Amino acid sequence: MEPGRRSYLTGFVLAVVLTAIPFGLIATHALSPVATIWIIVITAVLQILVHLRWFLHIDFATTPRENLLALAFTGVLLFLMVGGSFWIMIDLHTRMAL
Amino acid sequence: MSLHIGIAPNREAEEAAEQRAMGFWLYLMGDAVIFALLFMTYGIMQGNTAGGPTGKALFSLSNAAIETALLLISSTTFGMASIAARQGERSAVLGWLAVTFLLGASFVFLEIREFTGMIAAGAGPQRSGFLSAFFTLVGTHGLHVTVGLIWIVIMSAQVWLKGLSFPVASRLFRLGLFWHFLDIAWVGIFSVVYLPGLL
Repeated sequence: MEPGRRSYLTGFVLAVVLTAIPFGLIATHALSPVATIWIIVITAVLQILVHLRWFLHIDFATTPRENLLALAFTGVLLFLMVGGSFWIMIDLHTRMAL
Repeated sequence: MSLHIGIAPNREAEEAAEQRAMGFWLYLMGDAVIFALLFMTYGIMQGNTAGGPTGKALFSLSNAAIETALLLISSTTFGMASIAARQGERSAVLGWLAVTFLLGASFVFLEIREFTGMIAAGAGPQRSGFLSAFFTLVGTHGLHVTVGLIWIVIMSAQVWLKGLSFPVASRLFRLGLFWHFLDIAWVGIFSVVYLPGLL
């Protein structure tokens, strides 16, 4: 099944919705800062998944296994490097404040 | 993400195109690591304003929203070019690539205007750690988009001169991966830089 017009338009509509929500929250200050940050994080992750699925057409049926593995490995690397760096820096920051 | 570039002339050509798509995918994953490290650096440096301006004073929500819209629409119009390429409609491919180019060029124009405005206001990359990280992260993305624009011009010339032969279609497919990938990186930028900065 080759991706057609519908695939891109589905991705576009979902991306617009997932963009409008966080931009709208920042413009209106409708929620508390903590709640706003959480919604920004959640909509960003969902939007990245939308782009992968409907623009890059990543799926478990047609995408070559090597490409999926590379994507998963990159995810693990990002988690370790970004998460680990923040862990160290936040810990350092706390100790410097003591 | 299997190849959607039409009928290969023979099995060898198809395998070569598949291998190149995978190699390019590996490059994109490496690029994702670079962006992630720049995001991380920004996240750690964003509070280090050294008494200088903060994101709240510098960023414009409407400018970020327009840039976001330009890139998202350009990703969709590139999709239309990919569909037209598969159907062998050369003039439609050129038209959609031209629309994509104009949207991408408008994005780069807005970004350069933002950067020059900030530098003129004394908020250049040398002002604080926060601004160094900001210009490095957002500038790296802008540089990628600029390279993508040059690539779109080259691919348009190839489609124009050589037609939608299998090798040309295969290159157009990889350009599509690159262009859609840049839109994903931008989702990260507005979610990490602009929106939290304007909170």
